[in-house]
Amino acid sequence: MTTSIHSVFAAAESGISDTIKDTLNALSVPEYFVSITVVLLIIGLLTYRQWTRPMVAVTLSLLFIAFYVWSALDENFFKIITKPDNIPITMMIVFTALVTWVAFRQAAINDARLEKGEPLIESGADDKVLVWPDLVYTELIAMVLCTVVLVVWAIVLKAPLEPPANPTNIPNPSKAPWYFLGLQELLVYFDPWIAGVLLPSLIIVGLIALPFIDKNPRGNGYYTFKQRPFVISTFMFGWMIMWIVLIVLGTFLRGPNWNIFGPYETWDPHRPAALLNINISDVFWVITPDWLGFEWWKPGLPTKAALGGYMPAFLIREAPGIVLLSGYFFVLPVLLAKTIFRKIYHEIGFTRFCVFWLLMSWMFIVPIKMVLRWMFNLKYFVAVTEYFVNI
Amino acid sequence: MSLFDSVGNYVRQSQIWGSVFRHGVPRDRRTRAMAVLSNVFLHLHPVAVRKSGIRLSFTWCMGGLTFFLFLAETITGVLLMFYYRPVVEYAYADIIGLRAHVTLGLLREIHRWGAHAMVIAIWLHMLRVFLTGSYKPPREFNWSVGVILLVLTLLLSFTGYLLPWDQLAIWAITVGSNMARATPVLGHEGPGAAMMFVGEVPLIHAGSDARFLLLGGTAVGPGALLRFYVLHCIFIPLVAAVLIALHFWRVRKDGAISGPL
Repeated sequence: MTTSIHSVFAAAESGISDTIKDTLNALSVPEYFVSITVVLLIIGLLTYRQWTRPMVAVTLSLLFIAFYVWSALDENFFKIITKPDNIPITMMIVFTALVTWVAFRQAAINDARLEKGEPLIESGADDKVLVWPDLVYTELIAMVLCTVVLVVWAIVLKAPLEPPANPTNIPNPSKAPWYFLGLQELLVYFDPWIAGVLLPSLIIVGLIALPFIDKNPRGNGYYTFKQRPFVISTFMFGWMIMWIVLIVLGTFLRGPNWNIFGPYETWDPHRPAALLNINISDVFWVITPDWLGFEWWKPGLPTKAALGGYMPAFLIREAPGIVLLSGYFFVLPVLLAKTIFRKIYHEIGFTRFCVFWLLMSWMFIVPIKMVLRWMFNLKYFVAVTEYFVNI
Repeated sequence: MSLFDSVGNYVRQSQIWGSVFRHGVPRDRRTRAMAVLSNVFLHLHPVAVRKSGIRLSFTWCMGGLTFFLFLAETITGVLLMFYYRPVVEYAYADIIGLRAHVTLGLLREIHRWGAHAMVIAIWLHMLRVFLTGSYKPPREFNWSVGVILLVLTLLLSFTGYLLPWDQLAIWAITVGSNMARATPVLGHEGPGAAMMFVGEVPLIHAGSDARFLLLGGTAVGPGALLRFYVLHCIFIPLVAAVLIALHFWRVRKDGAISGPL
């Protein structure tokens, strides 16, 4: 009697947990994973005064811990999170969540105080303290704790060491070190000269340029969100989604042949690779005419140069994509500067706005291309394969 | 007076002690200020700081931890250099030996985990500085120095990744360094490289492009191992050390830890 009840419970339980696992596996493809995290980020930024309340934050973190522990009972999930070089990913998730909470909690408190005209957490008349002993001892304690953590970590967990280097035996998947996996993920959508050279350079340039573009004098030296919502939202998108989420995706969910595997799935090297992708030129010259069914216009991809050879075939072929991208890079900023970015344009002026748009346009071309890939299987806006210029 | 105190007093009144520490016991404002001012390491700090600025919830201690991890990496790194030879024939065996034969064979573990922790710590330091708006005037330049230090940290970690010379190492570095092949103009598969000709001779090919410069060869081999070793142990740490000094000095000069103006 009891056994049968137990087995019924066990069956029901495994039924529920299997359903949850299947759902989460299905949600692991970038279409859903990235979209859901973007939605969560937007909700998080809109409701930062609610989720930063201690009770809500504790509940959320308990739920997360429960989810992680429950997931770790799964063989495949356990295998992926306990790879020695994947341990930092879990640490990164936990610490990033913790400090983000600490920051937005104080921002919520400060913003409420600013509304009431009260002094900030960070304000305080005549609150200087001597570095010795107040700061020096804090540093000492931090160093001791850090040393203890490192030594214990080193005793508990061996550094990974695989078989000796063998140039003829290529592992599948071949992954870059974990902190570059966000960039490696971009290789799915962009050619290496963009994903591996241009975008990293623009990230560095963009970060350096940030203090010179952000002319908002408020929010200097204290936590706030209300006084600089646009800059913080943009940065958090770049940091949380384009960096952290893509690293998690690349580390935990990318398997053999760079296919996506849900966290509870076994890595199967025989799963077929993805479908063929299409270019804007195909859409313009082949697919759309076919779909419209015109008898009088069936151009096909242009293969002949024009204007006596001065306009090579690839320029004609790629004209639709070039027009589209030119619009995005050069016309859209003008429209934006006259409409929703009007205030920003007036604050920062022409030169800064140009740099601002250079950085913004390249940051947002990533999610734009992701969405177009997911929806229409788009490969390139402009594909000049002859000269390795593919965007 | 207890024995402990009297021994302490004896030591502090000796000529040797007085020659090293030129101030009295830091028990009042003056001697405490002197303790920081007269010490070359401690005077990286200002004498006094804002109380709200050194709260753990304000700084998260991440900048300091990044620096501490840099020191820990330097110390363990120097010790590792005693045992490790950056040659294809020996590298892997030396790593095995480090674990199997060296007393307290934890050095490599501490070094590797410390490197991961340093990457995370410096990211979170940047996040903190961003969210408190501490990159705003007058600290723009120091933020820029910090961004370079962040890049150097990633490069340190990346160059170190190759040194164990196992499958993980060479393929991760292969994936990473393949990007250099696609550098515009300077990589042989990059846009514009096909236009670089002198007469009929191509300037940029697999044996002359940016990736070749990085690897010292057309694939991750002995040349790459030596180059990454030198970059990892000498060049990048030196540059980082200079920039760290600059970074700390500017923290002081720009008004110490940030706070509301």
